[in-house]
Amino acid sequence: MSPLWRIADVVSGVPETETSRTIGLRVEGLMGNLAGQHVDIRLTADDGYSAVRSYSVATAGMDEIIGITVDELANGEVSPYLVRDLAVGDQLEIRGPVGGWFVWRPTDTNPVQLIAGGSGIVPLMSMIRAHEASENTAQFRLLYSLKSPEAGFYREELLTLSRESPKLTVDYVYTRKAPSDWQTAPKRLTADVLLASILPADPTPDTYICGQTVFVETVAEWLVQAGYPAASIKTERFGGTGGTR
Amino acid sequence: MGIISSGFHGKRQTGNPALPPGQYETGSFPVLTAGPAPHIPAENWEFFITTEAGQRHAWSWDAFMDLPQVEIRTDIHCVTSWSRLGTSWRGVSLDTLFEDVESSCEFATAHSYGGYTTNIPLPDLLDGRAWLAWEFDGEPLERAHGGPARLLVPHLYFWKSAKWINGLELTQGDIPGFWESNGYHIHGDPWREERYS
Repeated sequence: MSPLWRIADVVSGVPETETSRTIGLRVEGLMGNLAGQHVDIRLTADDGYSAVRSYSVATAGMDEIIGITVDELANGEVSPYLVRDLAVGDQLEIRGPVGGWFVWRPTDTNPVQLIAGGSGIVPLMSMIRAHEASENTAQFRLLYSLKSPEAGFYREELLTLSRESPKLTVDYVYTRKAPSDWQTAPKRLTADVLLASILPADPTPDTYICGQTVFVETVAEWLVQAGYPAASIKTERFGGTGGTR
Repeated sequence: MGIISSGFHGKRQTGNPALPPGQYETGSFPVLTAGPAPHIPAENWEFFITTEAGQRHAWSWDAFMDLPQVEIRTDIHCVTSWSRLGTSWRGVSLDTLFEDVESSCEFATAHSYGGYTTNIPLPDLLDGRAWLAWEFDGEPLERAHGGPARLLVPHLYFWKSAKWINGLELTQGDIPGFWESNGYHIHGDPWREERYS
């Protein structure tokens, strides 16, 4: 981790959905990131004005390239530029990766339950990738709450992993529009559906929840009421600033 | 000046002199917490201050409410870059709570229900710079924001304003708390951008 600003080269840009894309950043001397960490990105206009925002790292590894997935926010200041305008070959400034709390380490031995609401999947995907790349055999389960199939990030990769990985189970909840062959009608996540779709409280899994504030608060509350110890639940909240970031 | 991003113009909020460097203004009140919010009924709530001599000063909710209450109007700044300007609170000045506390310590560790901790130098808590707040915008502080009471140290990044405050342990040294042990700055002054360690 470094608190200093460094220069990153944009080496790739891959759309995830209509409003989001994954940007590959090469930072000289970087030694990867812990799964779940974030970076700060600084953009500077030609008159010196600059703006900084934090983005979760989607990748996990030990090399000089990391990937962030940015979802464009209506009226956002930074995200529309990152999703629409930033091009391969451009440079920007980066600080981090930072964070030592909402992270998963390959030496962690507990089973892991990941719960994502919308773009909250990003740091959890980093954990899934780190887990897949490691010798760690602890069970991972992901519950991914989505507005619609089209809103899903990393769709092909998650589909492949859920078919082929013996270490990962993936469950989806669709809140507004479900796939045509889906068994249940789209609806908001309920406590019953949640509890039926995650690892049981015994043995206690390490649980990571990431998404919009209301989603995270609600899910965390249900888990505590169902007997999951508060100390086993880690949370990260997105979009708490009324759509300005 | 850093790398120029051609075509990037931004929204120019940082021209506001009330905003520390790198901050932008929001009208909402984001919730940022490391885990689930604990339930602490006021009747079970207690606030303590412990000294190096082992002295323990403690207040029940009723005793706390009997102390002189003050209105606080202040700006608050989160390390994740949002600032909210002109927020209004009600609570008790830490100067009031420290009136009978004798100590030569220079630092405090704030302890919260739920296990959260954060370290703050004593000069940052005294002389009208910090409060225990229980009301926000004329309403009792919501649980998600630290209700029944939270620490309010508005001149430092808001992770220092510990929610669900339980007490202050006075210490001789500056012992990193929860976020300070997880990559964040030991002090946290927004005007100096003391974000990360």
